[in-house]
Amino acid sequence: MRKQTFSGGIHPPGYKHLTENMRLERLQPPERVFIPLIQSFGAAAEPLVKKGDEVLMGQKIGDSRELFSAPVHSSVSGKVLSITGYPHPLGSLVPTVVIDNDGKDTYHPDIKGNEDPFSLKPGEIRKMVRAAGIVGMGGAAFPTAIKLSPPEGKAIDTVIINGCECEPMLTADYRLMLERTEDIVKGAEIIRLATGADRFIIGIEDNKSEAFKVFKQKMNGFPGDAALLKTKYPQGAEKNLIDALLKREVPRGGLSFDVGVVVQNVGTVKAIWDAVSSGKPLIERAVTLAGPGIKENKNLIIRIGTPFRSAIEYCGGLTEGTNMLVMGGPMMGIAQWDLDTPVIKCTSGLVAWREGGPAPEFPCINCSRCVEHCPMNLVPTRLMNYSRHGLYQDAEKWGVLDCVECGCCEYVCPSKIPLVQWIRLGKHTVAGLKRKEKSR
Amino acid sequence: MNEDTLILKSSPHFKAEDSVSRIMYTVVIGLVPAIAASIYFFGLRAILIYVTSVASCLITEAVILKIRKKDCRFLWDGSAVITGLLLAMILPPSVPLDLVVIGSVMAIALGKQAFGGLGYNVFNPALVGRVFLQVAFPVTMTTWIPPVALKLNTATYATPLANLKFQNTLTEGTLTSIKDLFLGNVGGCLGETSALALLLGAVLLLWRRVIDWRIPAGIIGALVLFTGIFWITDPGRYASPLFHVLAGGLMIGAFFMATDMVTSPVTPLGSWIYALGIGFMIGLIRLFGGFPEGVMFSILFLNAFVPLINRYTRPRILGERRGR
Repeated sequence: MRKQTFSGGIHPPGYKHLTENMRLERLQPPERVFIPLIQSFGAAAEPLVKKGDEVLMGQKIGDSRELFSAPVHSSVSGKVLSITGYPHPLGSLVPTVVIDNDGKDTYHPDIKGNEDPFSLKPGEIRKMVRAAGIVGMGGAAFPTAIKLSPPEGKAIDTVIINGCECEPMLTADYRLMLERTEDIVKGAEIIRLATGADRFIIGIEDNKSEAFKVFKQKMNGFPGDAALLKTKYPQGAEKNLIDALLKREVPRGGLSFDVGVVVQNVGTVKAIWDAVSSGKPLIERAVTLAGPGIKENKNLIIRIGTPFRSAIEYCGGLTEGTNMLVMGGPMMGIAQWDLDTPVIKCTSGLVAWREGGPAPEFPCINCSRCVEHCPMNLVPTRLMNYSRHGLYQDAEKWGVLDCVECGCCEYVCPSKIPLVQWIRLGKHTVAGLKRKEKSR
Repeated sequence: MNEDTLILKSSPHFKAEDSVSRIMYTVVIGLVPAIAASIYFFGLRAILIYVTSVASCLITEAVILKIRKKDCRFLWDGSAVITGLLLAMILPPSVPLDLVVIGSVMAIALGKQAFGGLGYNVFNPALVGRVFLQVAFPVTMTTWIPPVALKLNTATYATPLANLKFQNTLTEGTLTSIKDLFLGNVGGCLGETSALALLLGAVLLLWRRVIDWRIPAGIIGALVLFTGIFWITDPGRYASPLFHVLAGGLMIGAFFMATDMVTSPVTPLGSWIYALGIGFMIGLIRLFGGFPEGVMFSILFLNAFVPLINRYTRPRILGERRGR
C-alpha cells in the first residue's frame, strides 16, 4: 500500500516505546481540583458559581456568550472553595474555580444518555457538543462546535480524523485508538452527520500500524476508512494532513472548510461520542506521562483540574536532576514551572527530562536546512532576520502569518538559533498591527 | 520533587544533534581524498603549503576575533580550516610560501572578517584570497609544474585548459586524455586535478547533506549544455563537454566552492539560478574569454548576486495560488 505524506518535515526520535504498551489507567481524582476559566481558544468563560456553592460532577461552572468560547464543567462533586487567580499551563495566572472534592462523584442530574445518537440532527449535535464544552484536544483547544459549523456555501465532503500523534513521546491518542476504537468510529460518524460530509478518513502514521489494523476491522457499516501515513513530524498538522491525504491545499489564511474538509483529533472524537451518547461533558482526558524525567511512564485518564503534581506522584515522581517539564509534546509543548498547575482540556501529555545547558548560538550560515524542512514552505531564516530587525512588513510578505510554529526549522538548525521564538514575535507583532489597521 | 530548578524556554524542546562545526569538519573530511591525491601527484611540498595556509588562516582569524572582541569559539568552528585547505588547493603547486601567507591573510581578513565574520561574508573567502594573489602576482600564479608521477624534466608545464586555449585546431592527441584528467595526472592547481578524489569526497558531502545537490548538478549541466552545443557544431575547434567538466577547477569549484553554504542561495529555485549562472559563465570564459579558466571568477560573480537571488525566489507557500 502506498503511504501518503507531505513535503518537508523531520524525523525526531520518537520515544513511543516508553509508553505505547501502557494501557490507559484511571487516575483517582485529587482532593481538590483547580478548573481554569480559560481552556479554549477565544473568550474566557464567566464563572456561574460562587464561593461556598455545592457543585455536582459534570455541572457547568463557567460559560461565555462569545462565539469563540466553550463552557467549563466541574470534574468532581463537592464545594467551591474559591475563585481565584491560579497558575495556568500557558504561563500566566488565570481565574480558576477551586473545588473541594467530596469523593462521591455524584453526577449532575441533567446528564442523560441518548438512545439513538445517529438520528440526531446536525444542529442538535452542535448544540450538544457546545454544551459539553468540547475543544480540540490535540493541543490547539479550538472550540469544536465551531469546527462542526461550516459556513453557508462551503460544502464539506470529507471528515478527517487525526490519529497521527506525530509528537515524540506521546501515546495517549494511540491508546485511545486501540482501547476505544468503536467509540472513535461512532464519534467520526456523528461528525460526518453534523457536517453533511460523504465520508470520514482516519489518518494514522505507520509507527502505529496496530491501530490502523484495528480500525480497518471496525469500519464495516460506516462510510469511513483508515489510511496509513508515513511517520513524519508534523504529519498531524491540519494543513499538512489534508495535503497528505487528499492532495488539497488549504488556501493561505483560510480554513479547512475552504477545501471541503473538517479535521478532528481522535481524543476530541471520543469526547464527542461521549457527549452525544451519554451526555457526558468534557471533564477528563487521556494524558501520557513520559520521558526519562518521570519514574514510571504511564498513560492516564485524568480529571480536568487535577494538579500535575498528583499525576506525577502517581507515576513515582520526577527522577533526580529533572529540569524540564513540558505540557504537550517535546516539539510544540509548553515548558512548565509550577507542579501545582492543573491539567486542562488540551493537556495531551506531561513529558520530562534533564536538559543540558543551552547550546551556544552561531550566526546563520545559510545552510538552508530550515527551508528544506519547513512543512509550510517558508524561509524561516529570513523570517527570523526580519523579526530580529523589526522589518515586519517584509516578514508579512514572506509569510510569517503562515507559520504554524511546529519547530522543524529550529530542530534542524545547526547554528542553534531560536528561530521559532523570533518568528513567533514577528507573527504576533504583524497580527497586532493588522488588527490595529482593521479597527482604524 | 523540586520545581525550583525547572527551566522555562520556548518550544521546540528537541534539537537535532548537529552543529556548525560538525558541518565544517565534515567538509574537511570530504576534502581528504583530494588532499591525499595532491600530495601523491605533486610531492611532499604540498604538505608544507597546506600547513602554511591553514596556520595563516587560523592566526589571522584569531587576531581579528581578538580585535573585534569576539568569542574565541569561532576560531575552532572549522570554517577557517576549510578556507585554509581550499585556498591551498587552488594555488599552483610551485607557489612560494610567502604568497600562501599573503593569500591566507587576505582570504580571512578581506574575504570573511571584513564582512562580519562567519555567516556574513558575501564572497567565498578562499576565492577572495586566490583572486588577490592572481591580481598581485600574475606570473607566479600562472606558472605550473608537471605532476611528479609524469617524471618530466621540465620546469614549467601547461595546464590542460591552457593547452586547449592556445590551439586553434584540435587534432588527435593534442588534448590531455580524459583518463589523465579523471585521475588527476595533469598540471594544474594543487588540489583541483583529480576528479576522482574530489568526487569521492563529494559523495560523502552529498550523503551527509552538507552540500546542496542542485548546485553541482546545475553547474555541470549548464557547462555541458553550453560547451556541448559548440562541440557538436565544430568538434575540430571545441573540446568535448566531458573534457570541460573534468579539466581545471570545475570539479572542486562545483562541489566544494560554489556549494559553500554562506555564499550560496537558501531557496531551491535560487540554487538552480545560481548554479546555472555559474556553469554558463564558466563556459563563456573558457571558450571566449581572455583566461583559459573561469571557475573562480564565475563563482565570485554569482556570489555577488546571492542576496538578490534569495530576495526574488521566495518558495510558493503551502496553500498559495500557483503562479502568484
